[in-house]
Formats: sequence, C-alpha cells, structure tokens
Amino acid sequence: MRILVPLLAVIALLLAPIVGVEALGWRWLFGVVLPYAAAAVFAVGAVAKVLSWARSPVPFRIPTTCGQQKSLPWIRQAKVENPSTAAGVIARVALEVLCFRSLFRNTRAELRDGRLSFLSTKWLWAAGLAFHYSLLVILVRHLRLFLEPVPRLVLGVEALDGFFQVGLPAVQVTTVLFLAAAAFLFLRRVLSPPLRYLSLAGDYFPLLLLVAIGLSGAWMRHVSKIDLPAAKAMVMGLLSFSPRPSAALGAAFYAHLFLVSVLLAYFPFSKLVHMGGIFLSPTRNLTANSREVRHVNPWNPPVAVHTYEEYEDEFRQRMREAGLPLEKEA
Amino acid sequence: MSGAPKHAPKPDQIEYYDPEQLLRVDYRRTPAGDWMDEPADIRPGNFIYPAKPQKLEYIGFPNAREWSPLDPDWKLPPNWKEIVFQGMRERLEKYRSFKVFMDSCVRCGACADKCHFYIGSGDPRNMPVLRAELLRSVYRNDFTAAGRILGRLAGARPLTPEVVKEWFLYFYQCTECRRCSVFCPFGIDTAEITMMARELLNLLGVNVNWIIQPVADCYRTGNHLGIQPHGLKDTLEFFADDIEEVTGVRVAVPINKKGAEVLFVTPSGDFLADPGVYTCMGYMALFHEIGLDYTFSTYASEGGNFGLFTSAEMMKRLNAKIYAEAKRLGVKWILGGECGHMWRVLHQYMDTMNGPADHLEVPVSPVTGTRFEHARSTKAVHVMEFTADLIRHGKLKLDPSRNDGRRVTFHDSCNPARAMGMLEEPRYVLKHVCNDFFEMPANTIREMTFCCGGGAGLGTEENMEVRLRGGLPRGNAVRHVQEKHGVNQLAAMCAIDRATLSTVCEFWAPQVKVTGVTELVANALVMKGENERTLNFRKEPMRGGPEAGHV
Repeated sequence: MRILVPLLAVIALLLAPIVGVEALGWRWLFGVVLPYAAAAVFAVGAVAKVLSWARSPVPFRIPTTCGQQKSLPWIRQAKVENPSTAAGVIARVALEVLCFRSLFRNTRAELRDGRLSFLSTKWLWAAGLAFHYSLLVILVRHLRLFLEPVPRLVLGVEALDGFFQVGLPAVQVTTVLFLAAAAFLFLRRVLSPPLRYLSLAGDYFPLLLLVAIGLSGAWMRHVSKIDLPAAKAMVMGLLSFSPRPSAALGAAFYAHLFLVSVLLAYFPFSKLVHMGGIFLSPTRNLTANSREVRHVNPWNPPVAVHTYEEYEDEFRQRMREAGLPLEKEA
Repeated sequence: MSGAPKHAPKPDQIEYYDPEQLLRVDYRRTPAGDWMDEPADIRPGNFIYPAKPQKLEYIGFPNAREWSPLDPDWKLPPNWKEIVFQGMRERLEKYRSFKVFMDSCVRCGACADKCHFYIGSGDPRNMPVLRAELLRSVYRNDFTAAGRILGRLAGARPLTPEVVKEWFLYFYQCTECRRCSVFCPFGIDTAEITMMARELLNLLGVNVNWIIQPVADCYRTGNHLGIQPHGLKDTLEFFADDIEEVTGVRVAVPINKKGAEVLFVTPSGDFLADPGVYTCMGYMALFHEIGLDYTFSTYASEGGNFGLFTSAEMMKRLNAKIYAEAKRLGVKWILGGECGHMWRVLHQYMDTMNGPADHLEVPVSPVTGTRFEHARSTKAVHVMEFTADLIRHGKLKLDPSRNDGRRVTFHDSCNPARAMGMLEEPRYVLKHVCNDFFEMPANTIREMTFCCGGGAGLGTEENMEVRLRGGLPRGNAVRHVQEKHGVNQLAAMCAIDRATLSTVCEFWAPQVKVTGVTELVANALVMKGENERTLNFRKEPMRGGPEAGHV
C-alpha cells in the first residue's frame, strides 16, 4: 500500500499530461494554468510554513552538545560542536547544511554472538549528499532556460558536468549521480526491513516523483531531442507572464513540466520542508552558553511554589528538636 | 551459578531474565502488518505502575484515580480527546522545537539503531523515528491539511484510547537521553518529543508513580526521597561519623547555614542509596579539606528534578527552591554535585525559568581564585569543574595509588555529555586520582554515550525487562573493557547511574562495581591530620579493588 499507491500515483501523473497534450491538446492547462497554480501554491505554502515555525518561540536553550563545553580556560572547547559564540553556531549550521555533518556520524549497530559493535557507515551520508548536490547542479543547469544571456557560471557548470563527454549531447555526471542516488535511497527503504516498516507513502512518493522528473528530463535530452530554443521561448514566456504554450514541444516536455508542478505544489505540505527545518532546529542553531548568558522565555509564567515559610511551618518542631536554624521561633 | 531458586523470580527481579535470551534480538525481523494497526503490548516487566492518587492531588495534577495499565478502561476524563488536542495546540504555539520536529523528519532512519532501547529490544517502535511518529501521526491527522485530506496515506491516524496506551508504553520507554539527536541530520531531539508527549499524558492523568511520587515528595520535603529536615541532618551526621572512622578527621556538617559562601546542592540519591552515599562522603571530606565555607540545605535538598519528566511547569516549581534558598541563606554562588538530569536543568533551564539570580555573585573559587566565567549568569558550578580547577592549581594532595586495584572506566552520563558537554573535566580528575583508567569504545562514550536505561524516571523495578534491554549497549561496552583491561570499577557522575548501572553491570558485566567520581577523589585525597588510611568509605581495604574484603 505504502509503496504501491505512490508508484501508481506517479505513473498516473506521468500519463495525465501525455494523454492531455497528445490526445486532447490541453497545452494551456498543462503548460500554463497548472504551472502557475503550482508556483503560487509553492510560494504561499512555503512562506506560510516557515512563518508558522518562526511564530512559535524558542522558550529554552536546548542545543545538543556534541563536544567539549567552554568551561575552564585550559580545557579546549569544541567551538563548533558545542558553540558558545554566533560564529560557532554559523559554522555548525553551515556544516550541517553543506556537509550533512550529523549524518556523517552514522553507525550501524550489529549484535553478533552477544557482542554489540557500532560500525561506521557512510552510505546514507554519501547517497544523501550525492542526491542533494546533483539536484542543486541540475537546478543550476536549468537556469539556461530562465536567463538571457545565460550566465557564464551556468555554462561553466554545464561544461564541467559533461566533462566525460559520453554521448551527444554529453551525458551529464549529475544526471547519472542523481538517478543512482535516488535508486539507492529507494532500494534502501524497500530492502531494509526496519526502514520499510517505518516508511510512509509520503516517503516513497516524492522520491518516485523526483525519479520520474529526472527520467523525463533525460528522455528529452537524450532520446526525444528536445527543441531547445522552443523550450526556452516557452519558459521565458511563462516568466514574463505572456505565456505561449508551444506545439513544437512534445509530450515529454509537458510531462516534465507537469511533474515539476506537482512537486512544487506538494512541497509545502510534505516532508520536503525538511530543507527549512534544519535552519530552525533549536538543537543546532543556538549557542550552548546558557550558564553564561541568560536565555529569555517569552511566556515564562509564574508558577505555584512550595515556599520556605510553608516548609518551615510544617517541619518547625522537628527542625527545632534537631537543632536546625529557624526563621521563626514561634 | 546458583541452583534452583527457592521462589520463582518475578518480572521485577533480574533473576527472572536470562542474558542469552535477551540477546536474541534480530533487527531485520519486523512485524508483518502496519505499525498503526499493531496494539501496544503492555505486560508485566515492561510498564511502570501508575501514580498514586494522593501524590497527584498534592501537586494539583488532574484525574487522580486508581487504575492499572492492564485494565481495558483507563478511566480517562470524559473530554480526553479535546484535552489532548488543546494541549497539543498550546504546545505547538509555545515550542518551536515541537512544531519543527513534527514537520521536518524525513524518516531516513539514521536514528533507528542509536537508541539503547531499540538496540536492546529490536522493537521497531523503539526506533526514535517511530517513537516520534506515534505523536506525529496524530499531529498530521488533526493539525495538517495533508493529513486531514489523505489520512493514512499522509501518515495520519485518528486519536483513540489505543493510541494513548501506546504513548504511555513508549514514551515511558524513552529516557530522554538525546543520543538520537546527535545523529539526526535535522537535529530532531526525541527527548523534546517525549517531553511533550508526557505533558499531554499528564493532562489525562496517565503517569507513573516512580516519577510522580518523587515530584510530590520533593515539593513537600525538598527532596525526591522525602527525607525530612531532621532526617537529613541525621544522615549527614552519620556520614561524618563514617568519615571520621576511616580517616580520623572530623568534618563539619553545615546545614541551612546563613551567610555561607556556597550553597551545595546534590541529588538526594547521594543521601540514601548505595553507592551514592560514598560520593556524598567524598564531597564532605573534600570540602572540609579545602576549608570551603559551604552549606547543605534541607529545603533545597534536591539537585535532581523529576519535574523535568512531567512538565516544564512542574520542573520550574521544583527548581525554584534552589535560587530561593540561595537568596534566603545569603550565599554567593551555587555548587552542584554529581547528577545527570540535574545538570540538564541547571545548565539549560534554571536561569531561564527562575533567574536572573542577581542576588548571587559570579562564582569564584575561594581556593584558587578562578572566576567561573562560563557560569557567570546562572552562578552554578559543577563539582567536577570545581575539582578539576583545584587539581590543576595543585591545591589537593592526592595519592592515586590508594585507588590501585580499582581498574576504572568512565560512563558519560547523558545530560552532562549531550546537554552540557562536560567531557574533559571528569576525565582530568579521574586521571589524577587513579592510576588505571581505561576508556570504553569510542562510539559508546562522550557525546555518543549510551544511557544506563533507567533515566528520565524509568529507574524502578517493575519495568525491569525494559531497563535490562535498554542497559544492554552500556553493559556490553563495560563487559568489553572488563575482558580487555580487567576493568572492575565503573565511575559515573550521576545519582541515577549509580543506582541503575549497578543493576546493569550485575546483569551484563558481573563483578563490575559502580562508583561516583568524587568517591575516588576522596579515596586519593590526603587529608591534614588523617590517620594512616587503610579503609575507604565503603570500609573496604585501600588498594584492594572494589570486591576485596567487601562484606
């Protein structure tokens, strides 16, 4: 159920624009209306999500400390893993975002003959990093469709990405990496029993959707040989709010565009928001100097306390007999 | 090996369990169905008894009643669903951590085999990710658009009495140790989620006596164990007698002393429970030797704070006593003893909740003159920081050979490690007070340390199976250094550790005894005017190893 439904959903989402465009000629719907709607949902949804997170305060300073605290001057502090300054926090969050620092710590527990071992395992980290960085490079490559003139950086990235010069047009390293990493992440979920047990439909769906997007893109580039100027003209039309869905572009293009639209619209309501979550995670983005600088809780309410006076009133007789000092002798 | 027991052991006794059998854990075997359809398996050995009604009433907690987790009907309040939803809504608005952690998990599973309870049980709902999903699924169902529309496809499920039972079982199978949060790429902290879930359960009157009784007793008498002021005085006098007996030195017992420079606060486990009492004697001997002007307090006689395991509000109500007492007594600063979760509270919550402590001064060691700038605002210094500074400045005369025969390893307690980062101070101290110190494997210490399995209010006996399973990773690592280096002494700076690890070691690494760090310091401490030392505070021969001559 959790795998089959997302799989069928992605297949249906792939077929819809093919049928819609090829058989029914709904180019306006798939090429203009839905992309605009999706972009709007994405923008509003993502902003609303981040605002909703930001609206809740951080009442307590709760960093997870992963190294030596700042204490005595002769003990070396782990300035990034247990930061006491803003610079340390910036470095910590940057390492987390750019290098997946915490995932790099990953170990695998094994229990054999009554002995536990914790082996370092970097596969998830490597695949995660490959997946996200290829996605980033692929996005940058797409800027050639969005910008005129095409910035040198974009051309440079593209040239570098096609470094191996296999096929014509050259197969890009990130396309392969992206699909391979996605395949790893998918297979890992399916083949590892505990992981399959905890995975939700919402874990398979975006992964399969991204694979479908990647495959439709690769198909256009390498198989159906997309009319690049026509594609760019259409994208620029969308960006300048003078959309002209092109008939020169085949079903593959509309499928690709539609799947991306689905991804955008799905984004704010799904686990894909994890991207923003890391920046706002109080265990990572706070200085761990809570004994040095007081952290203020905006809703710190007064509470009922059992006062010393009440305490002494209850135990005065016994305290006196025990010779303990008293506030009130009566 | 013992013969056939006279009485068949019960699930709350370790004799009931066989290590071989508990070790039969296969992480690759998961139940066939969907976890959402799987009811929680509540049975003797894996749950903690509910709170006694009179204890709940004393602290004004709702729905005090007699009930048992084995009953089909838990006697929830009639509007219990509304209470949960209202409670969730309120907490989502009050805690960014809760809100972000409900949304940002991708279920990558990196946390799964980081949890000692999962490692020891193989129960998938003990994977931190799934533990959080127990709550997240309800959040999605009632607080998100996707969950409302797509239901189970979006990972949502409705709140039912079965869900509450599952929460009770699994959120009291989490020790809030935060080990998973070290590995999470989004810094999701299951402790935070467990804290929220326990707050919600407390709103329904679904709680455990092992936590509520200490909370109520602490509220009334000043400490979890319910020791009344005269009783505490007797206890400390008794310690002074013991110290005199083994050292020949009579130490003072300052209690509720106005105008003392330092208020000393330590977990009450150090007053009553073996082997914590020896650590307490250690503090008293150490403070006497350096001439520290300090005082114990009977009103604030608890460093620990089981309120932390019920609600932020209760934590604050208990913690308030420390600053209030420091003010009443007119001390300059606060020195804290060896305790784990106490330092979570003192380091990450106290100043925010009950500060600013403007009536106190920035702590300065009267012996070395060191200004503890890192505790500038809270004015609370850990005894390990204090002792490490003393040793660094050569202010203690130490004879580490007195601890010879003790082959020592160090267990980082969860909170000092992952909510504070006090990693080097205790090691520095240990290396100066004993000659044979060995580290456990790297993935089981420092920020990756494994919980004792009994923290966050789980250290009782009726849930013994859970504790032994949860103690497996730590026990296994102790066993490793026992076999490799002949380790026979596990040092830990936490009162709960000292109690629970004794059980864990007895089961998983027999013959290894547990000690506090300050106990070892006091063994090595050469005191002015002392007799020739032949016994330690346990009245065992010095230089003999922990079991030699033990009666």
